Parts: sequence; structure tokens; C-alpha cells
Amino acid sequence: MTEIFGVPIQALFGQLMLGLVNGSFYAVLSLGLAVIFGMLNIINFAHGALYMMGAMLTWIGLEYLGIGYWWSLLLAPIGVGLVGIAIERLMLQWLYKLDHLYGLLLTFGLALMIEGLFRDLYGVAGQPYSIPEEFAGAFNLGFMFLPKYRAWVVVASLAVCLATWFVIEKTRLGAYLRAATENPKLTQAFGINVPLMVMLTYGFGVGLAGFAGVLAAPATQIGPLMGSNLIIVVFAVVVIGGMGSILGSVVTGLGLGIIEGMTKVFWPEASATVVFMIMAVVLMIRPAGLFGREK
Amino acid sequence: MSRRVSIAYLIGLGLLLLAPTFIYPILVMKVLCFALFACAFNLLLGYTGLLSFGHAVFLGSAAYVTGHALKVWELPTLLGLLAGTGAATLLGWVIGSLAIRRQGIYFAMVTLALAQMVYFFFLQASFTGGEDGLQGVPRGTLFGLDLADDINLYYLVVAIFAGSFWLIQRTINSPFGQILKAIRENEPRAISLGYDVAKYKLLAFVLSAGLAGLAGATKTLVFKFATLTDAHWHTSGEVVLMTLLGGMGTVFGPVVGATVIVALQNELADKVGSLVTVIMGAIFVICVLAFRRGIVGESLALYERMIGQKGR
Repeated sequence: MTEIFGVPIQALFGQLMLGLVNGSFYAVLSLGLAVIFGMLNIINFAHGALYMMGAMLTWIGLEYLGIGYWWSLLLAPIGVGLVGIAIERLMLQWLYKLDHLYGLLLTFGLALMIEGLFRDLYGVAGQPYSIPEEFAGAFNLGFMFLPKYRAWVVVASLAVCLATWFVIEKTRLGAYLRAATENPKLTQAFGINVPLMVMLTYGFGVGLAGFAGVLAAPATQIGPLMGSNLIIVVFAVVVIGGMGSILGSVVTGLGLGIIEGMTKVFWPEASATVVFMIMAVVLMIRPAGLFGREK
Repeated sequence: MSRRVSIAYLIGLGLLLLAPTFIYPILVMKVLCFALFACAFNLLLGYTGLLSFGHAVFLGSAAYVTGHALKVWELPTLLGLLAGTGAATLLGWVIGSLAIRRQGIYFAMVTLALAQMVYFFFLQASFTGGEDGLQGVPRGTLFGLDLADDINLYYLVVAIFAGSFWLIQRTINSPFGQILKAIRENEPRAISLGYDVAKYKLLAFVLSAGLAGLAGATKTLVFKFATLTDAHWHTSGEVVLMTLLGGMGTVFGPVVGATVIVALQNELADKVGSLVTVIMGAIFVICVLAFRRGIVGESLALYERMIGQKGR
């Protein structure tokens, strides 16, 4: 078998692919955080819990209602988005005039509540979810086997990120959104319903988290705790990349996923901490983040 | 300290000295450890305006180092406590220097991420005992007193708490504390007045980390073990909740908050199981939405309003 630096090439590409899959989740989640932060000036601590909710809804859908993967891919993000809209209307909207830290504290409380509820209902054990038939098996690329589902996760995530970028940067709705981010009062004076846009932005941002959750369902163990550890890594990703640009979030997310995957091959002990170490280095060299600007 | 605070402090101290006659001392010691932890945290959040979301790591690292020093190196108790506190102070300096490079929300995220990194280190390192934790830490003796006796230990813990609380008050009311408040209120103005804001923030962070470490070291002595829970982000969230619930930026708020939360957890643990997390989350949400000044802050505001009405 061919080897690179003493590592079998199969294992290397396998981890590279896994890294890309994780990186896709980082990308979609940090994109959602960035979109929400841009509009609401709130860091959504509940993002991980809502990602978990997306995955749990997928599992519950199949287990109790017989809803398959494809319908879940549509319905679960909408469900999570609606939960998000309820959160925004009932709670977050009262905090916009206060220090941004209150938004973080409130969403932290929500994360605890959501996680605790699911833990109480379904226990901490992971639930299995089988890969949809269409994506069972693997492509033979000659030098490695590429599991079809992993390829799908990466493609679907990138497509969603690209679509988000397109909507925000190239459409009229996106132009309103950017205007409202830049100067909400002036935008409102032009007759655009800014509070409605804020509500929809939050719903959309957490919907993205729900979407990532559905994608993750067949690829990982589904459990109430799956979101909280992930979200801390995503925070580090956001600090590294800065929240200034959409493409920046995507590039940083994927890049860090790959680096993490490679670390698993060459220095397994550090694979859990490598993203945090990179964050520390970035803070020393470029405190505003790779794609960020100091405000 | 103002006169009102001094009187409350002395009354509180008197109550603490009598407490073991009617309350289980281990429970009071647990409350005191968390109250010290929350007071240290309040120094940073309430008086400097910095929200650290990784403070558990200082509690946890000091707990481990003290445990290791007492159990493996067999150091005397006092040196064990100092070793733990020193380790947390050093870690506070490292994490603080990195974190103060970003402001506001980013500061919270950076501290959380760095704390998670240290958490993973503890999870993998051999001296922490991994998932099992560090068990069977001996309490040792102090000035010839056997600390294995809960009552002897109780008075040591009260002394540590009272001393640290006094130190925090002294800090808040010193010129240094006034500068911290100036930074909290308006950082650009503090900079334009010529203060080296980064230096003051770092000093506040290190002090807070060290005192949080002292709380962790004491906690190891009380429970005779150190576990991963101490360093977990849940514990970081708990200390935020204690401070928020009691009233951030108030003198006694963190103590009240810690008492309420520890008592609640103690009461609820057997009855509702994993719903405790849901209740903690709900308290968080209610505090942020309706109760931002916390128990002490709201009570003081109510009191001032009543006095004001009488005067009119």
C-alpha cells in the first residue's frame, strides 16, 4: 500500500474526507452565527442546541411519524426556524437596546433549557440513524473509497452556503438586509419593515443550524449533547475567521475541518484542541481574525 | 468599605461562625466555595465589565493542582492550597493576555474556547485521572489542627472566604478599582485619560482567576476530590448565573446568588433529575428578561424607591 510520511494513503484520504465533513458543519454553523450577528448583534449561544434539535427532529420524525430523510431535510429546518422565530418574537426582541452580552446570556439559558428537555425526554445515549438508500455505499476513486453520504454532506453544505451568499449579495432582498444591517433606522425610514427582516433573519440563521443537524443525523450519533461541544469549536472558528464576510466563514470552516482531520492522522492527541491552538496563534498575530475588521 | 457594607459583613461573619450548630457544615462550605468563586467572577464582570465564559477552568485547574500536590507530592495543606491558587493565577495570566486582545462578545467566545482547550487537556492528561477524577485527597493538618474534622476545616474555609471577600472589597474601593469601573463605563474615555487599559484589564483578570483558583483549591479540600465537572463549561455558566441572579456589580449579590443556586441544586437533584438543567436555563432567561439587576440589585432599588417616597 502506498504511504505518505509513513501513513497509509487510504487512511490519510479517509481523514481528509472526514475533516471536510466536519468542516462543512463548521461552515454552515458559523455562517448562521455570522448572519444572525450581522443583523441582531447577538451571538446565538443556542445555535448548537438548535443544530441538535434539527438532528433530533429528524430521528423523531422517522421513529414516530415515519417521515423519511428527504422530507426531514425540508421539514426539520423549517421547524427549527419556526422555533427560532418564536424565540425572537417572545424574548430576543426586548434585548436589542441593551448591552450585547445580554443576548449571549439569554441564548445560553435557552441552550441549557433545550438541551435539558431533550435529555429528559430521550436520555443521553446516542440514537442511530441509517444512511438514506440513495447514498449507501461508496464511490471507488481508484486511490480510495469515498462514502457517498460524506460526499453528499459536503456538496449539500457548500450549495446552501453558496445560495445564502447569492441571496445576500446579489438579490434585492439581500440588498435590503445589508442596508438594515448597516443602518436600521434609515432603512426603516425608506419604508422597509426592519423588525420583520430581523425576525426572518434569526429564523433563517437557526434554520441553517437545523439543516446542518439533519445532514449530521446519519453521519454521527444523534444525542442531546451533540450540539454543545460542537458550538464551542464553532465559536473558535468564528473568532479565527471573523464574522465580516460570508465566504470568509465558509473558507475558515472548511480549512479548519481539514486541519483537524489531518491532525487526527499525524498527532491524534492534539486533534481535540488544534482549533483552539490555532485560535490562540491568530489572536497573537491578527487579533481581528483572518477575514475580520476591527470595529 | 462603606459603613452599611461593613455592618452587613460583620453580621454575615457572625452568622457564619454560628452556622455549624444548625446547618450541615459541608453544605455551608460548598456554598462558601461557590460564593468566593462568584465574587471573584463578579470582580471581572460586575466591576470591569468583562464577561469571561471560561472561569470554571481556573476553579478546575486549582482543584487538580491542589489535589495532586496533597495526594502525590504529599505537601502540607497550606502549600497545597498555595500551589493550586498559584497555578490558576498563572493560567489566568496566559488566558487573560490572549483574551483581552478582543472585546465584548468576542472576549466571551475566546475565554470559552481557551477554557475548552484546557478542559480537553485535563481529559487526556494522566495526573487528573481522566473521567474518574482525582479521588481520596487527604486534607492534612494546619497549625496542629486536624482538618479531617469537618468543624476544624469549616473555620479554615470561613477564614479563607472572609479574607478573600475583604480583599475583593478593598480592591473595588481602591484607586485601582475606580479605574476598573471607569473602563467598564467607557473604555475609550479611560484610554483617552491616559490609562493603559490593557494592563488594568489583565490585572483584574489575573486577580479574578487567582481568587477563583483559591475557591477551587478550597473545594478540593472540602470534598477530598477534584473532577472534570469543575472545569466544564457548565460550571462556567453556573458562575455567570450565580452572579446574574444575585446581582452583578453588587457587593453581596454573588454570595446570595451562589447560596440560592447551590441550595436549589441540593434540593432538586434527587427530585427532578436532569430537569435541573432546564430550571437553571429558565432562571437565566427570566433574569435576563425581567430581573437584570438580580436579587440584591432589585431589592436595593426597591428600598431606595421607598426611602425616596417617604422623603417627599
